Amino acid sequence: MTAQNTEPVEPASKVELAPGIGGGGEIPSYDVTLRVRRYNPEVSDEGHWDEFKLTMYGTDRVLDALHKAKWEHDGSLSFRRSCAHGVCGSDAMRINGRNRLACKTLLKDLDTSKPITVEAIKGLPVEKDLIVDMEPFFQSYREIMPFLISSGHEPTRERLQSAEDRERFDDTTKCILCAACTSSCPVFWTDGQYFGPAAIVNAHRFIFDSRDDAGDMRLEILNDKEGVWRCRTTFNCTEACPRGIQVTKAIAEVKQAVLNRKI
Amino acid sequence: MAVSTEIQAPRSGRIAPEYKRHGRSKGNFEMFAWLFMRLSGVVLVVLIFGHLFVNLMVGEGVHAIDFGFVGGKWADPFWQVWDLAMLWLAMLHGTNGVRTIINDYAEKDGTRMTLKTVLYLASAVVIVLGTLVIFTFDPCPAGAAADLLPSFCRA
Repeated sequence: MTAQNTEPVEPASKVELAPGIGGGGEIPSYDVTLRVRRYNPEVSDEGHWDEFKLTMYGTDRVLDALHKAKWEHDGSLSFRRSCAHGVCGSDAMRINGRNRLACKTLLKDLDTSKPITVEAIKGLPVEKDLIVDMEPFFQSYREIMPFLISSGHEPTRERLQSAEDRERFDDTTKCILCAACTSSCPVFWTDGQYFGPAAIVNAHRFIFDSRDDAGDMRLEILNDKEGVWRCRTTFNCTEACPRGIQVTKAIAEVKQAVLNRKI
Repeated sequence: MAVSTEIQAPRSGRIAPEYKRHGRSKGNFEMFAWLFMRLSGVVLVVLIFGHLFVNLMVGEGVHAIDFGFVGGKWADPFWQVWDLAMLWLAMLHGTNGVRTIINDYAEKDGTRMTLKTVLYLASAVVIVLGTLVIFTFDPCPAGAAADLLPSFCRA
């Protein structure tokens, strides 16, 4: 109605581009074969492999390929994903034998001349296709008490911390609980009793936090026979972590803290 | 009819039974086992390479090893202690390593118990026998038939 509502005309670009540059050239496309491990307990107790031949683009990720398979080929394909941008930790899966996030793995970084295998993460009960029961994983996480526990009076203002004190546990604050580490751990595969790297990483985050007072309790919990001492330092967890957390180092620091407390 | 507005947490408390941990372990056994592996490992590197160097490189090297060479070493308290330390540390280090592997890979409690019993028995036999040999070894036992004794016993 009034002139205020009309959008101002965009100013002309200050740089004149030659035609063909910056115009967003054609993104290269290629054919990939996606081999997905399928499992449906309502149909069969046995899993099987399904192949999808897809035309994908240079900017696509494994998650885009899974979407295309689900949306255009087989709607029964089941997998978890939420944010699709590497933050929520829903879509950890075993891609070409390595645990990674489907939303952070670009197809162009994989060998597209061979089929790309996608399986559910190992060591947790598969519910359907790529979906596993995460409850044992979260149970271990709950057991290490992943929340601030402080003694004494509640301060009237923010709990301040020096930059150095914050830096001490910075690495382990990055965890997104995707279970890529725990489900890559051969010790966890054996019987699922081990607390697992993710629980220890999240315990580390509070044990080394200067504002927290329950470090001793957490160290006592992880001094269990299924705790830190079951770590064999195979570094599978460090390699699997999509956030680049030095998981094995964090576990070693917790071991050291248990030792220092006892001896 | 009243409609419940309470929403249950998904799968609350429902954990596949094989993942449930059976109580908490008491004591610091696993911690000391872990610590022992690290410390004995470091000491064993020194002991074993010292052993190999003295037996294979010093003097005539490997050609000097015979019954008399071993007899001579075990007449010396220094080598008795060295070999005893090596025997005990290597056996306990190895036994603990195999114990860990059994714990990891045995699927049934019965299998685990059986394998560990066999393991502990075998280790105990080797440790006791080895210790006995190191301390009671006599290259020239009194009253033995002369043709069974090495030549240096007649000297």
